[in-house]
Amino acid sequence: MNPRFLLPLAVFVVMAVVLAVGINHSHEVGVLKSPLVGHQIPDWELPGLTDPAKSLGSRQLKGQWYVLNYWGAWCYACRVEHSTLLQVQQQGRVQIIGVDWVAGNPDENAAALDWLSRLGNPYSQVVTDRDGRTAIDLGIAQAPESLLVNPQGVIVYKEPGVITPEIWKREFLSRLPKPGAS
Amino acid sequence: MLPELGHFALVLALLLAGLQAFFGILGPALGRDRWVAATTCAVAGQFVMVATAVGILVYSFVNFDFSVLYVAENSNSALPLMYRVAALWGAHEGSLLLWIFLLSVWTLAVAIVARNLPERFAARVLGVLGFLSFGFLLFTLATSDPFRRLIPAATDGRDLNPLLQDPGLAVHPPVLYTGYVGLAVAFAFACAAMLEGRMDPLWARWTRPWTTAAWAFLTCGITLGSWWSYYTLGWGGYWEWDPVENASFMPWLVATALIHSLAVTEKRGLFKSWTLLLAILAFSLSLLGTFLVRSGVLVSVHSFAADPSRGRFILAFLGIVIGGALALYAWRAPLLKSNAGFDLLSRESFLLFNNILLVVAAATVLGGTLAPLIADTLGQTALSVGAPYFRPTFLLAMIPLMVLMTVGVHANWKRGRLEAAYRPLLVTLVVSAVLGVAVVFGVFGGRHALAITGMALGCWIILSSLVDPVDRLRRHLSLSRAVIGMTLAHIGIAVAVIALTGVESYTAERDIALAPGESAHVGDYDFKLTGTQPIEGDNYSAIRATVIVSRGGEPITTLYPESRNFWVQQQTRKVAGIYNLHGTDLFIALGDDLGAGHWSFRAQIRPLITLLWLGPLFMALGGALALSDRRYRLARAAAGEALAGAAPGEAH
Repeated sequence: MNPRFLLPLAVFVVMAVVLAVGINHSHEVGVLKSPLVGHQIPDWELPGLTDPAKSLGSRQLKGQWYVLNYWGAWCYACRVEHSTLLQVQQQGRVQIIGVDWVAGNPDENAAALDWLSRLGNPYSQVVTDRDGRTAIDLGIAQAPESLLVNPQGVIVYKEPGVITPEIWKREFLSRLPKPGAS
Repeated sequence: MLPELGHFALVLALLLAGLQAFFGILGPALGRDRWVAATTCAVAGQFVMVATAVGILVYSFVNFDFSVLYVAENSNSALPLMYRVAALWGAHEGSLLLWIFLLSVWTLAVAIVARNLPERFAARVLGVLGFLSFGFLLFTLATSDPFRRLIPAATDGRDLNPLLQDPGLAVHPPVLYTGYVGLAVAFAFACAAMLEGRMDPLWARWTRPWTTAAWAFLTCGITLGSWWSYYTLGWGGYWEWDPVENASFMPWLVATALIHSLAVTEKRGLFKSWTLLLAILAFSLSLLGTFLVRSGVLVSVHSFAADPSRGRFILAFLGIVIGGALALYAWRAPLLKSNAGFDLLSRESFLLFNNILLVVAAATVLGGTLAPLIADTLGQTALSVGAPYFRPTFLLAMIPLMVLMTVGVHANWKRGRLEAAYRPLLVTLVVSAVLGVAVVFGVFGGRHALAITGMALGCWIILSSLVDPVDRLRRHLSLSRAVIGMTLAHIGIAVAVIALTGVESYTAERDIALAPGESAHVGDYDFKLTGTQPIEGDNYSAIRATVIVSRGGEPITTLYPESRNFWVQQQTRKVAGIYNLHGTDLFIALGDDLGAGHWSFRAQIRPLITLLWLGPLFMALGGALALSDRRYRLARAAAGEALAGAAPGEAH
C-alpha cells in the first residue's frame, strides 16, 4: 500500500485525539469561575420569606454544610431545576437554603409562596433578597445559581446555572463528606 | 399525545435509516438484488417519518403546546406566528431535527434522480446516506429529544432567543444547513465509488450537479448569516472570524476546490483520488463544524447550550464516519490510476494550483480555529486568534488564486499553449490597472496600494472572464449554461473582491454621543439626532431614535435605529438604521442611554457594501445555471447503458 494514501487518516487521528482531550476539558471552558470559590463566604443575613422578622445568616449556619440556592418565581430555568432540588432534599445529604430573589418583580414573594405550595418545597429554610444587594456581595449574576458552603464557611463550589442530577452527582456529592464519615 | 407520536415517528425513522444503510451497503456487496431494490423504499419511508416529526413539532409551536419542553424553552404566547415556526431551529434539538429533515430531503431527491443510475451504485449512495441519517437520528433520540415533555406544563414559554427574532435569521439556518447537508451527497457518491472500487468520468458527471447545488446553498447561507450579523449585532461588522463563521467557511472553501477538481475528473479522468479526498474533506468539515458548535469545546457568540455528553457522541460519530471514509480511501484510492499527462500551462495545472491554494486557505482557517483548543489541551494559557492572524494569512492564499483565475480561464485542457491568450490578458490587465487607479483616485481619494490592487484585480477578473464568452457570441457560437454559469460565478468572486476592497479601505466609522438637536460629522455626512421615543412591538418594547442624515446641508434620508428590549428574556437587540445610497450604506446603530438626554451611537459610512451581498448572489446563480446544463440530464440518461454491463465490486 502506498503510504501517501494513509496520510489523511493519520492526520485525522491526531486531530481526533486533540478534540477528544479538548472535550474533556470543555466543562471548564466558558464557565464563569467565581473569584469567591475557595474563600470565606461574605457575611450575609436575609429576612425569612414567610416571616420577615425571622432572619437567617452566615453566622447561624457556621458549622454546617449548606447549599445556597438563588431562585425566583419569575425564573423559568429555576422551574427546570426544581425537580432536581426536590430529589436532593429527599436524599437528605445536605440542607438547601433557598433565596427568593425579588429582582424588582412587584408580586415576587406571593408568587414564590404559591410556587412552593404548588410544586413542593425543597428548602430547609427560605429567605428573601429584596434589593439584590446580597446577590451582588455573593457574586450571583443570574438565577438559578447555587453555592456549596462548608462548615468553616468557605465556598467550596459555585454552580452558575441549573443543577441537573448529573451536575449534582459530579460537582456537589463528590465534594460532600461521605455519609457517616463525620 | 401528538408529541409522543412525533417521538415514535423518529424511532421508526431510525429503524428505517438503519435498514436503508444495511440494504444499501450490504445488498450490492453480497449481490442481493432484492436488498438493493428495498433501499429506495426505506428512503421513502424514512422521509415520511422525519417529515411527520417535523410537522408535529411545528404544530406544537404554532399551537403553544408548552407541555413540550423544547416549545416552552423557545417560544412564548406573544411570539408572532412567523417566529413560532422559525423557533423550530431556535436551539439545539430542533436544529438537529432540521438537519435530519434536510438530509432526508436530499436523500429522497437522490433516490428520485438515481432511478437513471446503475442500480447497485445508487443503492450504495443511498446506503451511505442512510448510515449518516442513522447516526444523527440516534444522536437526537439519545441526547437531544425535541419532544421531551415538561410536566406540569409551563403556563407560558421562555421565548425564542431575541437575536433570532429577525427575518434574516429566520431563513439563514435552513439555507446554510441545506448547503452543509448537501455536501453529504458528494460524500456518499465518493464512498459509493470507493466501495465499487471504480470511478470513471461519468461518476464525476453525476456528482457535479449535487456538489454545485450544495455549494450554491452554502454560499447563500453564509452570506445571509453575514448580512444578519451586519444589521442586528449593532457593531456593523460583517465577518468576525468567529469559530462558528469559520466552521461554515471551511467546507465552502473545500467545496469550491471540489467543484473545480470534479471538472478535471469529468473532462480528463484525472485527479481521481484527489477528488475523492476533497469530497470526504468537504463533508468532514461540515460535520466538524457541527461538532465545534454543539460540543462547547470552543466558545462563540453563536453556540447553543454546550453539553460535553453531546460533544462526545458527535466526536465518536465523527470518528466512525470520517475515520471510516479515510480508511476506505487509504485502501481503495491506490486502485484508481489516471494515466493521462498534462503540460505545465494547461488548464489542469491551473485547476491543480486552484485546489492547492483553496485547501491551504481552508487549512489556515482550520489551524486558527483550533489553535485555542490545542493550546488549552497542551496546558498553555488561553489563546485567542482573531482577524490579525486570519486576514493576512487568508490574503496570502487568495491573491495568487485570483491572479491564477484570470489567466486560468484561458488555458486549454492538456496542452500548455497560452500564446493566443497573451493579447487579451495584457489588454484587460492594462485596462483594469487604469480602472483601478481611476476608481481609487477619482472616486474615493487617498492612496492605498492595497486598494488599487484589489480594485484592479476585481476588474481584471471580470474583463478576463468575459473575453471568451464575448468572443464566442461575436462569432455566433452557442454558449452552454455551464460556461455562462462559470463566468457568472467568477464575476461574483470579482464583485466580492471589489466590495471587500472598498469596504475595508474606505469605511468611515465613529462612535458618537448625541443629545436631541445635536449632530456629528462622519465621512462626508452629518448625522443629526432629532429625538428618541419609546415604542411597543408584539413582544418587546423599544427605544427608537430619529436621525436625519445630510450631506453639505442637504438632507438625504431619515433613519430610525432601534434598541429593542424583549420582555421575557430581558435581552436587548439592536436594529440598525440603514440607508443605501448608490451602493454605499449610511449606517447608524443606537447604543446606550448615557444619561442627561445623551445617547451613544455607532455611525458608519460603508461604500460598496451592496456589492458584498451581490457577489455571492452571482456565485450562487452561476452555480444554479451550471447545474441546469443539459449534459447532466443526458448523463443520467446515458448512465444506464454505460454501466449496465459492469460487474459490481470489481476493482478495475
